[in-house]
Amino acid sequence: MKQLLVFIKKEFAHVLRDRKTLLILFGMPVVQILIFGFALTNEVKNSKILIVDNAKDIVSQRLITQLEASRYFEIEKAAWNHDQIEEGFKAGTIKLAIVFPANFQNELLHQNSVQVQILADASDPNNATTLINYASSVIQDYQSQVNQTATVPYRIIPEMRMLYNPQLKGAHNFVPGVMALVLMLVCVMMTAVSIVKEKETGTMEILLVSPFKPILVILAKAVPYLLLSLINVVSILLLSVFLLDLPIHGSILLLFAESTLFIITCLTLGIFISVKTDSQQTAMLISLMGMLLPTILFSGFMFPIENMPLPLQIISNIVPSKWFYIIVKSIMIKGLGIAAIWKETLILVGITSFLLVISLKSFKIRLS
Amino acid sequence: MSETVIHAENLTKRFGDFVAANALTLEVYKGEIFGFLGANGAGKTTAMRMFCGLSIPTSGKATIAGYDVYRQTELIKKNIGYMSQKFSLYEDLTVLENIRFFGGIYGLSNAQLKSKSDELITQLGLQHEAKKLVSGLPLGWKQKLSFSVAVLHQPKIVFLDEPTGGVDPVTRRQFWDLIYDAADKGVTIFVTTHYMDEAEYCNRISIMVDGKIEALDSPGNLKKHFQVDSMHEVFYQLARGAKRGE
Amino acid sequence: MDSHPALVVNDLTKVYGKDKAVAVNKVSFTVDRGELFGLIGPDGAGKTSIFRMLTTLLLPDGGSASVDGHDIVKDYRLIRNTAGYMPGKFSLYTDLTVEENLNFFATVFNTTIEENYHLIKDIYIQLERFKDRRAGKLSGGMKQKLALCCALIHKPTVLFLDEPTTGVDPVSRKEFWEMLKRLKDQNITILVSTPYMDEATLCDRIALIQQGSLLSIDTPENIVKSYPDTLYAIRASKISSLLKVLSTNEAVASAYAFGEYVHVTFKHEGPHEKDILAFLHEQGLEDIEIKPTEPTIEDCFIKLLKK
Repeated sequence: MKQLLVFIKKEFAHVLRDRKTLLILFGMPVVQILIFGFALTNEVKNSKILIVDNAKDIVSQRLITQLEASRYFEIEKAAWNHDQIEEGFKAGTIKLAIVFPANFQNELLHQNSVQVQILADASDPNNATTLINYASSVIQDYQSQVNQTATVPYRIIPEMRMLYNPQLKGAHNFVPGVMALVLMLVCVMMTAVSIVKEKETGTMEILLVSPFKPILVILAKAVPYLLLSLINVVSILLLSVFLLDLPIHGSILLLFAESTLFIITCLTLGIFISVKTDSQQTAMLISLMGMLLPTILFSGFMFPIENMPLPLQIISNIVPSKWFYIIVKSIMIKGLGIAAIWKETLILVGITSFLLVISLKSFKIRLS
Repeated sequence: MSETVIHAENLTKRFGDFVAANALTLEVYKGEIFGFLGANGAGKTTAMRMFCGLSIPTSGKATIAGYDVYRQTELIKKNIGYMSQKFSLYEDLTVLENIRFFGGIYGLSNAQLKSKSDELITQLGLQHEAKKLVSGLPLGWKQKLSFSVAVLHQPKIVFLDEPTGGVDPVTRRQFWDLIYDAADKGVTIFVTTHYMDEAEYCNRISIMVDGKIEALDSPGNLKKHFQVDSMHEVFYQLARGAKRGE
Repeated sequence: MDSHPALVVNDLTKVYGKDKAVAVNKVSFTVDRGELFGLIGPDGAGKTSIFRMLTTLLLPDGGSASVDGHDIVKDYRLIRNTAGYMPGKFSLYTDLTVEENLNFFATVFNTTIEENYHLIKDIYIQLERFKDRRAGKLSGGMKQKLALCCALIHKPTVLFLDEPTTGVDPVSRKEFWEMLKRLKDQNITILVSTPYMDEATLCDRIALIQQGSLLSIDTPENIVKSYPDTLYAIRASKISSLLKVLSTNEAVASAYAFGEYVHVTFKHEGPHEKDILAFLHEQGLEDIEIKPTEPTIEDCFIKLLKK
């Protein structure tokens, strides 16, 4: 046991004394969150919106005045039809369109309820949601003003439509994606490289010739990276909560438990790569090409899996990041519990055990 | 006195506070075999790098094959050959491909490449191995081949960094035969070695201790001066006092 | 103390790769307890493969061997407990300090620095003032001393040193061999390999090895004694011309440069001094000296290679 502790201490020394590793380890999550965060959340002030007022009555005019008063919008009025609106979106000249129906005032006064159509360009999902939220809150405000004097409550129902990306893929979803990416990078690459380094420098020879059990070498390598990765999870979550205002809706404990599971998956992958390679460069290359690329392509966080050809959809099932991504998204954004994600969790456990068994089996107690 | 090909005057290289090479002054003549000895960490590698135009000195003067080590490093590289124990040849290329590649780097024409490589392969007796990968050759042959490749472009000086480390005694001597041949043709040989018997084969040698050249003369004169029988003892007397081997 | 020798090697064989290149070819030798045994041969002779098989890092493809009576295949765990190994490549953690390295290896081998300090004291004293320096910042000689300390810290019964002096300058080499002599006095069996022939005389017994096969096993004195020919040392003003001229002489069997002399053997028993002197003068050489000389291990190795 003391041997193991000394070994783990040594591993920490390796990491903490190497500035480059430290930078990758702790700088990368921050940089990624910042890049993804600010690339996707644009400044929404003074966004150009189009108003198509088919009613031209008092109520619609008042509402438009209120919208104009908002500092978020720059209003343009035109009598466009649906096709023209779409062209406007495609040309990028407008970000949002609000369409009032022809008999807006009549319907509101006589039926007490009316629909107003809000169309948004959701190819930039963050921006679209923000703008829709602003527009509907202006409408809500107006509605409550009207209702203060009315005997029967009037309701203006915004009918929202997201164009081009109806499910709002991408919005805030990058945080789970970045988590998968960072953990993959840190755990797989770092463990693989650190074990292969011992082979390259020849220290592995001495360790093998010692009474120290080879299996403990693996364990000792894995423990520090498990801890360091958990620190990364914490820092990513802190950044997303406090910098990006993305709250964690589900159980934090469950989130950490699932993260630990995924970290272990990655560690076993790293160990497997290290068993099969003899040079640090090869280990690095395999980790990058073999692990990062599938994470970006097949986890669903950059490219929607359901739009892929069937063979690729099938391949995506063996990518552990895909399952982790679904799990984190469910917990963080949808606020779901274990009942909703037990299947994904089980799949991850399965992949991990499989990798663990084959990497332990192929670990050599001698030089090849 | 024959032509001077290496001329160094107070050549110094500092890394921060550390003086790796301290006021080196030496002259090496055309066709000479010059042994450059020193303990580990004495500054041999630093000095070699400056002579090869790979590292700019901090102060002092030096010309290599008539070119200045500060301003004409590219011309220096064209006029020298270099061989070290660590990097010699591409293991995954054939003997012939290696010769052509290195000849090509030094700008030999196709006709020259052809005649040179044929000549070299015959000279080394590698006719049967010419199309085989270098990785399959015994170490001694690799060393001989890489020396021949280093002098393929007829450099004025060839720098050899521990060329015979780990080679068997017979091959080691065959290697020295190649060195003698090259020297007879007027190529200057600048060689480092840990074999003290090889120091005896040099016309003159210098011994570096803690960044300085502490002795520079022919092996015979050095032995006389230190009143000992072998170069081994000369080296031992000088290097024993080294402070830097730490 | 039990009676079996420290090392017994029987027809040990190792082949590599698809084309079955033979790296070690039926090598057999025994090393007694407390003996300093040298494996002398050039790079690629198979020394490292033998070391790796004996330290249980490689499985042999033929033959058998035992370390301290333990079989290298079956009892590999037992050997790993008791053997000390210093691989040819510098194998310490360069980003750990001198003391951290030593401490790490002590713990890995289930011991402490204090427990066996007496073994490494002589060597460690020279390192002590650098104990907080990272191993990567040490000079070659010091690294080598640290590596030896790390290999010794668990008081191994057999110490395997694979080319510990390669690339090391003559002064450090000499110091290293003095350390080995002192270890021998502590009754540690040492198997050491080296490409430097002049180090052979420092061993109790040596095995000369070339291309995977042993050429000879004996004490250095006996090997030198068994040299069959009369050897002459010849000197002239220019070694390169001397070598060339000698190679044209019919009577000369071999001529190899040895420092400032050329060692020469003749096809027939001599005396040859007068004839060769006349011949060399005739060829225009100056300052000629010729004398019979004692062969060195290197002469013997060359002789054995020629067979």
